Amino acid sequence: MPDALPASATRKVPAGTLYRGREGMWSWVAHRVTGVAIFFFLLVHVLDTSLVRISPEAYNDVIATYKNPIMGLGEAGLVAAIVFHAYNGIRIILVDFWSKGPKYQRVMLWVVMGLFVVTMAGFLPRHLMHVFGGE
Amino acid sequence: MTTIADPKAPRPPKPRPARLTTRGNTELYGWVFMRASGVVLLVLIFGHLFVNLVAGEGVTAIDFGFVAGKWASPFWQVWDLLMLWLAMIHGTNGVRTIINDYAERDGVRLALKSALYLAFVLVVVLGTLVIFTFDPCPSGSPADLLPSFCTA
Repeated sequence: MPDALPASATRKVPAGTLYRGREGMWSWVAHRVTGVAIFFFLLVHVLDTSLVRISPEAYNDVIATYKNPIMGLGEAGLVAAIVFHAYNGIRIILVDFWSKGPKYQRVMLWVVMGLFVVTMAGFLPRHLMHVFGGE
Repeated sequence: MTTIADPKAPRPPKPRPARLTTRGNTELYGWVFMRASGVVLLVLIFGHLFVNLVAGEGVTAIDFGFVAGKWASPFWQVWDLLMLWLAMIHGTNGVRTIINDYAERDGVRLALKSALYLAFVLVVVLGTLVIFTFDPCPSGSPADLLPSFCTA
């Protein structure tokens, strides 16, 4: 009976979990991480917005607890996650449907990062001024 | 003299899965939906973020009056309803894919997906009801908390 397979062939966890590494894998990891984070925010966001159905006071009381610098930074992180997920999602669509998409997937990730920086440069100063009380 | 098995001898047949292919094209439609809804969600959510966080006084302006002012208009009701449904289906399908990838035990997978689908139904039903049954001028509430058109 060939029942003595080497341990390496029967372990459940593969020796390396890096797949191919580099831009292709890390953008895939980031897409999953940002997607899950946005999803859990969305569940909470629908629940807190639903307080408008209870009373103006109930909604305003909960929203008031959000108006502090820690939540303001959390909102900035949420927007960053959404912006990356959105632009990288367009990149995924181009890889799937554009005939040259797979060839340029790595270049397109750097375009995604560039557009991400530009978008956040437009959003962050204004949002942080609102949060930290500037004009 | 021992006999050595012919290296080209046929292998014993592997046990076949009960079904060779999935029934229908559900996964294909899901794959297409993720891409189509993703493009629409980019527009809806960027617009949502601009109006709520960037325009005017940004996040500091958000209160009951702000939400009531938006939902007094069918335009924002439809916008938010579309955003709710598309984002919840897109997000639930994404998390379903991740559960299928990482939860190896059948029981764990079933439990996680049951919780996911329960959360989906609760949030979509609650959000839809709130958008359609919302009263921007509830009677008995102090006027300074309500949008200005309530007293007009």
